[in-house]
Amino acid sequence: MVSLRAVRLVAWAMFRETVRDRVPLSIAAFCAVLLGVSYLISQMTAGQDLKIIKDLGLSSLSVFGLLIAVFLGINLVAKEVERRSIYPVIAKPVTREEFLLGKYTGLALALVANLAAMTAAFFAVLLFVDVATPAFAKSGWPAPATDPWLLAAIGLIVAELLVVTAIALFFSTFSSPMLSALLTLGLWVAGHFNADLRRFEAVVDVPALAWIARGMYYVLPNLAPFDIKAEVVHGVPVAWSHVGLTLAYAVTYITLALLAAVAVFRRRDFK
Amino acid sequence: MAPPGSTRLLLAMGGLLAVAIALQVVRDRGWQPYEPATPLLWVQSPEAVARASLGHRNLVADVYWIRAVVYYGSQRLSGRGADYGLLYPLLDFVTTLDPRFRIAYRFGAIFLAEGYPRGPGRPDLAIRLLEKGVAADPARWEYVQDIGFVYYWWLRDARAAAEWFQRASAVPGAPSWLRLLAATTFASGGDRRSSRQLWQQLQDTADNDWLRRTAAMRLAQLDAMDLLDRLNAAADRVRGVPVDPAGVPFERDADGRFRLSPQSPLWPLPQEPPATP
Repeated sequence: MVSLRAVRLVAWAMFRETVRDRVPLSIAAFCAVLLGVSYLISQMTAGQDLKIIKDLGLSSLSVFGLLIAVFLGINLVAKEVERRSIYPVIAKPVTREEFLLGKYTGLALALVANLAAMTAAFFAVLLFVDVATPAFAKSGWPAPATDPWLLAAIGLIVAELLVVTAIALFFSTFSSPMLSALLTLGLWVAGHFNADLRRFEAVVDVPALAWIARGMYYVLPNLAPFDIKAEVVHGVPVAWSHVGLTLAYAVTYITLALLAAVAVFRRRDFK
Repeated sequence: MAPPGSTRLLLAMGGLLAVAIALQVVRDRGWQPYEPATPLLWVQSPEAVARASLGHRNLVADVYWIRAVVYYGSQRLSGRGADYGLLYPLLDFVTTLDPRFRIAYRFGAIFLAEGYPRGPGRPDLAIRLLEKGVAADPARWEYVQDIGFVYYWWLRDARAAAEWFQRASAVPGAPSWLRLLAATTFASGGDRRSSRQLWQQLQDTADNDWLRRTAAMRLAQLDAMDLLDRLNAAADRVRGVPVDPAGVPFERDADGRFRLSPQSPLWPLPQEPPATP
């Protein structure tokens, strides 16, 4: 039985450690600067400043969030083992499951806190553009500058990053940080090409291969549906059912990855 | 309290930075980074770029759009030596990566149709780009209207223009004035009055500054043409040097007829479209 109190304590320690760590903060600061710079870049884009600021802002959130998720996620367990700080922790009345879940929750909270800071900076830039733009130019916008649907796009980016963090944690339980980073990034790339596996029979003429590819489509994380950036920027409606089902998929996949991580971590010998 | 030696360290760093800057200045005098004689697109397939963008195709489309705008601007500034060979491929990249990039179709068509040396003078490519836009988003009546506009202004085919305006007016959500525009163009062909109406509508409905300025410039050109007609009708009675709507004095040729100065921002004036047969 997992004790929620123990998970909370590990999570809080992890959260504080991550927030104290200067890496995510510097990335967040860089993102804020980048968003400011995007306003300057937009001056040479023939009136497309809002679209470009939205594209750049959403992509920055996604890319910098991915860097935080991967490079902190792969160190979740490896760093503890390398520093040998794992021994006193597992000697305490904290089970390995609680330790892992706490680590994941702490990093997830830190990730959400970082992305919330970046989102605030992003909306500040958008609000500035909104105020600085004359009414006639706004009439050509497909969606308002501070469109609430942007939050839906950011919500799905966060969900995708939490899936990636869970995958990074899984790899972190049995491999070195470098290998974990490569495997996680490899799965992230595969997750964006996943739809091709579904249509593999159009590429090869071997039915068995097509079935294997189709099987992989369902097993590997499918990350492309998390991307609704283009729709939101162009004001194209996105069905709530798509958002809801994608979030449910994220919760399921995260649980699966965490259970796999627990299964491996339980058997790990630290001698 | 700064650790001992900090000042010396800072001074050393400042000195090294100054040396690095000086070295760059000296090196740049005798060295230019490699640039191919003919500008080229290193990646030829927009589909390949779209796949490699891993969920960031809109952002990559923005990068290509900025490149297209800068490319068009730099070639336009280079005057008679301008080479617009990459303009259409760049716009094709932008619109394949982001098929809903509205301004890339509309501005792209204006860039492509503009006569040489201000543009490549390729209204055919402008129409092709806009037709790609119509295929991507058939509900955008603006693209259909713009095709009519290219026929009217650049190909001087008032009948084809009127047919496209009529098609645009049939798109659900299109403004009612498009029907009027189609009727006027059918009836009066390519006269200056319908040109003025067309540009006025564009100026009134433009949702960005660049398009408004372009429409205002075209309206000023039409004003200049009206003024020239009046001046030349009474050329022998005109005293002094009248100025065009941009404030630049007109020139007089050997026959005493007035003409627009090449120094004027309104130069060259468009050719009069022929009337509908």
